[in-house]
Amino acid sequence: MPTSAMPESGRTEPEKPRMSPKSLAIWITVALVGAIGWAVLALSRGEEISAVWLVVAALGSYAIAYRFYSRFIARRVLQVDDTRATPAERLEDGVDYHPTDKRVLFGHHFAAIAGAGPLVGPVLAAQMGYLPGTIWIIAGVIFAGAVQDMIVLFLSMRRDGKSLGQMARDEIGKVGGAAALIGVFAIMIILLAVLAMVVVNALAESAWGTFSVTMTIPIALFMGFYLRYLRPGRVVETSFIGVALLLLAILGGGCIQDSSLAEYFVWSPETLVFCLVGYGFVASVLPVWMLLAPRDYLSTFMKVGTIALMAVGVVIAAPNLRAESVTEFAHTGAGPVFAGSLFPFLFITIACGALSGFHALVSSGTTPKLIRKESQVRLIGYGSMLTESFVAVMALIAACVLEPGLFYAMNSPAALLGPTVDTAAEAVKNLGFTITPEQLTAAAKAVEEETLVGRSGGAPTLAVGMSEIFAGVFGGAGMKAFWYHFAIMFEALFILTTVDAGTRVGRFMLQDMLGNVWKPIGRVTWKPGIWITSALVVGAWGYFLYAGVTDPLGGIKQLFPLFGIANQLLAAVALAVTTTVLIKSGKLRWAWVTGIPLAWDVAVTFTAGWQKIFSDNPAIGFFALRDKYAAAIDKGELLPGATTMDDMHTIVLNNTVDGVIMAIFLLLVLTVLVNCAVVCVRAVRSPSPLPTTEAPYVESRIDDLPERSDDDLVGARR
Amino acid sequence: MTAPNVRHWARTVRWYLRELTGEAEYDRYCERHRRGHAGVPVPTRREYDVLRTRRREERPEGRCC
Repeated sequence: MPTSAMPESGRTEPEKPRMSPKSLAIWITVALVGAIGWAVLALSRGEEISAVWLVVAALGSYAIAYRFYSRFIARRVLQVDDTRATPAERLEDGVDYHPTDKRVLFGHHFAAIAGAGPLVGPVLAAQMGYLPGTIWIIAGVIFAGAVQDMIVLFLSMRRDGKSLGQMARDEIGKVGGAAALIGVFAIMIILLAVLAMVVVNALAESAWGTFSVTMTIPIALFMGFYLRYLRPGRVVETSFIGVALLLLAILGGGCIQDSSLAEYFVWSPETLVFCLVGYGFVASVLPVWMLLAPRDYLSTFMKVGTIALMAVGVVIAAPNLRAESVTEFAHTGAGPVFAGSLFPFLFITIACGALSGFHALVSSGTTPKLIRKESQVRLIGYGSMLTESFVAVMALIAACVLEPGLFYAMNSPAALLGPTVDTAAEAVKNLGFTITPEQLTAAAKAVEEETLVGRSGGAPTLAVGMSEIFAGVFGGAGMKAFWYHFAIMFEALFILTTVDAGTRVGRFMLQDMLGNVWKPIGRVTWKPGIWITSALVVGAWGYFLYAGVTDPLGGIKQLFPLFGIANQLLAAVALAVTTTVLIKSGKLRWAWVTGIPLAWDVAVTFTAGWQKIFSDNPAIGFFALRDKYAAAIDKGELLPGATTMDDMHTIVLNNTVDGVIMAIFLLLVLTVLVNCAVVCVRAVRSPSPLPTTEAPYVESRIDDLPERSDDDLVGARR
Repeated sequence: MTAPNVRHWARTVRWYLRELTGEAEYDRYCERHRRGHAGVPVPTRREYDVLRTRRREERPEGRCC
């Protein structure tokens, strides 16, 4: 029998803790406080309420969910067993597998899952008011998102850290596995394109933003060389230097903006696209120590710091929510930011923060190889996702503290808003909100931007909201411009890190897939193979990015639904695989834990996908819009949004491509779902349990208590 | 806050950051190396870092949105 790699240790049976009257009282209080938060949110009609109630409702719900639901899942459904050695212990090699302190691993995992996604989706979803978004973010994370993350993490851990794709192949079969693999790759391409588009929209025509974000490249390079040659391995020190330089770059951007150099940093969206594509290629080909690794450190530090700052800011400033709780766009589906009714489109617009399929890839990657004790999947899987959800709640708050008129002036497509502040004010008025041209000019001036009209994509809106909140706490109105550009910068930093890492991961996937057809391209050390596959990956997302940026109808409005559906479809794959594995391991009675979120997610994504393909309404259906413009081309007419006949052809082409891509996604995921269903039926009918690939039981030799005393801190040498 | 308290916190924060960024990996590696191959000299920090980045090169880590 295999044994643990750890030295033997005496073990005592842990006592089962019971709930004391004191903790009972505490939990009743938590429940009451959370309930009060929800009551205020639900009952206030017509008057402005403080954002603090949103925070209270969220935190109260998270605490209850974590304490009770995640514990139920861990104990009953997964039956975590701390006497069982985790792969980190059994296969300990100090490199890939290493039992890691749970607080450290929580930080690791959180840094890997959280990025710009939870910041962008809720901002766009604010179009339907704060209430629907808040309910979905909180209920979604508790019953779907965090459950998915935790169970995928657990299943991967029980299989020595296998990836989701491998698990699909092993547990479901070749066809489902292959469909999952291709689906993951295709979905990642769309994800990278949409995230890159957010950066382009945030930086276009802004000298300050472009300068400070461009500076992150020399800063990362400097950090890379510093770490490799001057002070090898001193990551913390290097990161602090990097953060300091980054803050200087933001301040420097302000000076550049006011100087004669400004014109060199005012780039058109098209120029930015080519820069990003070039950057993505170079970052994927260069050695990781030069650009990717230091950038990742920088991004992690900024992430943790800014999110903490945001939480403090929201609580201290306690801003009022200006947005309505539920807007009329929730019923009519005619909103300018994204089209379609509340069901299903709200639930795909907010993906990260509530339920994000991409997390399943992270949860089945590095993290499961580092878990020390099985029961820690609760904190690391469920807990990290709750934290990300809280980030999404704060982003929603930042969007909802803005004057609704400003929100719509920033996020509506340019075709609707027209070229000037006057036309924009008029357009906003037609939507049913008010803002004067002077107010629009003043808002732009406060953050030292040329204009805020038509700055869609979510990032600028979030940045204005954050500058509003931060300026109320730190530094007053004079600091607004700094905080605005600080927010733009940190979002761009996250996204560029995701683009770097994503391009690289995509390249490996492609090399792996193509390697089956033509051996040399699969070799990870063959330089031309690396260049070809990198170029293919960059070219793929670059195409969608370019198409989105030049789309006369507004790329975000066209592509964001595709992104949301893609991410949620990935969640459907992950939830289907987990449900199948649960059923295969004889836990049919608990299959609802992932089965219900799966059913919901399938209903949402397939309804949304169906409408995107087959709706007769040109505002929603890709092909309906295509037909409308194609018919106009035949008649030689120009329709709104297009200024030339070329625009008309672009619109037709983009909508055809988007519609086809949508259909391919749905078919791939349908393949996985059908395959899963077949395996589930077989498992239920089979008299003996079907084979699974779970690693056999090995007794653990790690005594978990105390987790880590202060005397033997690894870092603290004396 | 008293002085020992501050020192304690500072140490905890430093420990956390070193662990989070992977800076502490080297110490662990050395310890392991001494246990496993006593007598063979431990690689320097610089050598270890080259190894570490090479590993990272071959195993890209996904970052989510």
